[in-house]
Amino acid sequence: MSMQSWLPLLILAGPLTLGLIIFMLPENSVRTRTTLNLLAALIKLGMVGWMIWHVYRGQHFESRIVLMSDFDLAMQVGPLSVLFLGLSSVLWLATTIYAVGYLEGSPHRSRFFGFFSLCVAATAGVAMASNLFTFLLFYELLTLATYPLIVHRGTDIARRAGQTYLVYTIGGGTLLLAGTVWLYTLTGTLEFAPQGGFVRTLGQAHHADLTAIFMLLIVGLGVKAALVPLHSWLPQAMVAPAPVSALLHAVAVVKAGVFGIVRVLYDVFDIEFAAQELGVTTPLAIIAAVTILYGSLRALFQDDLKRRLAFSTVSQVSYITLGIALAGPLAAIGGLVHLVHQGLMKITLFFCAGNLAETLGIHKISEMKGVGQRMPFTMAAFTLAALGMIGMPPIAGFISKWYLGLGALQMEQNWVIWILIASTLLNAAYFLPIIYAVWFCDPPASWPVMRKPTHQETTWALLLPPVATALLSLTAGMLAALSFSPLEWALFIIHSQFWR
Amino acid sequence: MLMLDWGILLIGLPLSGALLTFIFHAQSRWLGIGTALTINGSLAALLMQFFASTGTQRYPIGSWGAPLGIELYLDGLSITMLSMCSLVGLAVSCYAPAYFHMQSADNRASTATDSVPFNKRSGSGPVRQINKGEYFWPLWLLLWTGLNALFLSADIFNLYVTLELIGLSAVALTALAGSQEALTSAMRYLLISLLGSLCYLLGVALLYHAFATVDLTLLAERMTAVPATWASLGLMATGLALKTALFPLHFWLPAAHGSAAAPVSALLSALVVKASFYLLLRLWLTLFEAFNPGVPDLLGLMGAAAVIWGSLQALRQARLKLLVAYSTVAQLGYLFIAFPLAAGHAGAWYGALYLALSHALAKGAMFLAAGNIQLFAGHDQITALERVAQQLPVSLMAFALAGVSIIGLPPSGGFIGKWLLLEAAISQGHWGWAIIILAGGLLAAGYIFKVIGYAFNQATTPHAVQPVPAVMQWSALLLAIGSLLLGLFAAQPLALLAVGSPFHSISLP
Repeated sequence: MSMQSWLPLLILAGPLTLGLIIFMLPENSVRTRTTLNLLAALIKLGMVGWMIWHVYRGQHFESRIVLMSDFDLAMQVGPLSVLFLGLSSVLWLATTIYAVGYLEGSPHRSRFFGFFSLCVAATAGVAMASNLFTFLLFYELLTLATYPLIVHRGTDIARRAGQTYLVYTIGGGTLLLAGTVWLYTLTGTLEFAPQGGFVRTLGQAHHADLTAIFMLLIVGLGVKAALVPLHSWLPQAMVAPAPVSALLHAVAVVKAGVFGIVRVLYDVFDIEFAAQELGVTTPLAIIAAVTILYGSLRALFQDDLKRRLAFSTVSQVSYITLGIALAGPLAAIGGLVHLVHQGLMKITLFFCAGNLAETLGIHKISEMKGVGQRMPFTMAAFTLAALGMIGMPPIAGFISKWYLGLGALQMEQNWVIWILIASTLLNAAYFLPIIYAVWFCDPPASWPVMRKPTHQETTWALLLPPVATALLSLTAGMLAALSFSPLEWALFIIHSQFWR
Repeated sequence: MLMLDWGILLIGLPLSGALLTFIFHAQSRWLGIGTALTINGSLAALLMQFFASTGTQRYPIGSWGAPLGIELYLDGLSITMLSMCSLVGLAVSCYAPAYFHMQSADNRASTATDSVPFNKRSGSGPVRQINKGEYFWPLWLLLWTGLNALFLSADIFNLYVTLELIGLSAVALTALAGSQEALTSAMRYLLISLLGSLCYLLGVALLYHAFATVDLTLLAERMTAVPATWASLGLMATGLALKTALFPLHFWLPAAHGSAAAPVSALLSALVVKASFYLLLRLWLTLFEAFNPGVPDLLGLMGAAAVIWGSLQALRQARLKLLVAYSTVAQLGYLFIAFPLAAGHAGAWYGALYLALSHALAKGAMFLAAGNIQLFAGHDQITALERVAQQLPVSLMAFALAGVSIIGLPPSGGFIGKWLLLEAAISQGHWGWAIIILAGGLLAAGYIFKVIGYAFNQATTPHAVQPVPAVMQWSALLLAIGSLLLGLFAAQPLALLAVGSPFHSISLP
């Protein structure tokens, strides 16, 4: 086999093997574990970078292993996979550094990092899967690998959050399985077809079946994508440590759900077929719009910082679904680019929330008055990301909203503009008071003493990742017109794959 | 002709092993493990020859042909079951010595602290502890003999003999645990097992009377739709369903599997119930499929009820081993759902057998892991399983990975099996069966993760715990990994199953 067919397998096998090795490491071999983790993250980043370059020049990477007759474990790296793969490998590096600092001195780190690596492997599999069967396989693997991370703390609350998570995700997975098998009995194939899907050939008689299958698949994926009313697991899973929240909200889980929706709409059904023949995209857009408003409304009333951020995720992730479901190229660009932008901004916010909790023991928004003086860099990163979420230019979030708005006008769906305006106002309503309190209110007389006193506001491992991701989200917005920016890549996907 | 030798060795080896371990009981541990290894070796040789020749094999023992002598018969279905036995058998053989060693150490410790020694009544001077390990080996190897012989036999009387051998050694193994509970359930198991065999024997007698042969192939040629056929179908199906613990005839299973020693529970759940299922399937495929008075639907309905009822009961259990035992009731139900589905889609048989295969590995792993957890904590109350994840990670991993296969999540053998069953159901538009299949998976997720969730709990007050030897932990984990690998390498086992087209279908799923 050539390099082309080895690389996807390597990207998958790397973190998988790493996870298994880390399980075997004794608890106190901190240095070996950290080195291995960082090395693996860097190597993966390098490989993904190499692939991005070659995909840009029109090459594809494909690996295929026969599982049963008719069923292959098939992975293919094209422009769309690279978008998700690139995001997850950049954020994996950031989260690894953060997690090393965050978990310093806490028990069961071998277990934590082992499952963490398995999550990354599963995410890579989700991104690269080139048929629905393989997608399903890694999608479920992701569920299993995240569960131990959610219950990591071993408290009763954590156990219940884990239970809720499983009820939702395994329930969703079951529906996804049913839909997939049904689809297979009709089509006899599950290979993704970026040029027009693979269900068109079925003919008029099967449209009712196809609509039902579409619903099964979307509900199954909608659980992880946190579409209302399937979102409740996400705020509950907040009990997990901050790096896990980052993983759930930005790197892996919700993104896998949304990415699946993109795959189903484009590579299984074909967006035009779904929009015009089946007429299923408008209901999906409406659900996404409801989710956007509902998530923002709920976020408004949370005092717990991480819960507010969680509801904000519910809302923000649905921008992606909305953009895709509008079934026009410009809106799709807005949706796809938000996949990256939301990841960058939301991971910054969660890192900052984790810093507050770890350094000063702050969990509630009402305790955040004046904290900007105590932790200026953390809070600057937080402010940048929050402003981006609201959609302020030139931060990344603005680009997403701009293209979503343009796309809505292009498809003559003017109601979406109102949704975007309302959501932006709500975003401002739940982020601006925090920013005001942080910078302009008087701090309390004294701050709690840090666990490990340093010269900076907190340890380097905790401080660098949020600052870096905040800067990245600023750069992604400011340099959006450069090639290899997320926006240009989204344009490239739309040009090369979907609209011919 | 060489094939013959390997096939007969598979019966002869465990039989001689049983005798040797009984006579030289002091060395039983090494003799037993040695026997297990040689059985696996000859199975590997048999598999290699089987792949080289690719076809069904028939061996007249002592060159006496079918009507007079005994014939062994080998096709893809039987060799798959033989492999299943060997894999689980090897893992349990590695596990059992350490387990019984720990148990007897436990007993010695407890009798030392008790004021009244436990077996003072024996009155034979210094107390000689019964080493259960010494009794385990002959019984288990006898059971293995029965299993291998059953999968190789081709006439219904011979099958009866093997069935009885399996039943009796399984009952004795259950009683080996020695507790009040185990003895009661073993007694009940004995009666049920005898009743089942008796029903089967009556069926054999009827068939022999009507068609004057006990050879499966000859019977298949001669059978006609006469009352004896219907009666024997009813009797044999009832007897075998009783032995396979098909709902509502499952009542004996949870107590027996839940109270036996951990390695024995693993054998009972993984292999013994599969043997009677295999026999029912074999009879169905060769003899009764042509005479079809609605039996498949009945079996399917009972299977569906088993899936739902068994899973719900498993959810309600407070004790780990009972939970796992009820899970067996539920998973056996899946095998019977294939009967109504296979009429229109032979893929359902592949699905059911793949489920049987992966369930054997997974459930074996699960009982072994449960045994570890029980030894570690000194109890198996699910809600009090704190710190297992922290201190017994390998065993919990084994339990969790086996659970993945039981639930039917990818990548696992259970997933492939369920996929094939689902495909058979949906392609024929049988939505009811499809919903049962899916619902069973959801319920299984419920009871498996209930255990895992509690196992992650941090202890508020540390309890006394006992370390578990590595060999016991790893044999459980390797079995569980085997059930996952079945999901990643499905093409080969499925192709093996199809050799000799036991399901009258040339199409592979």
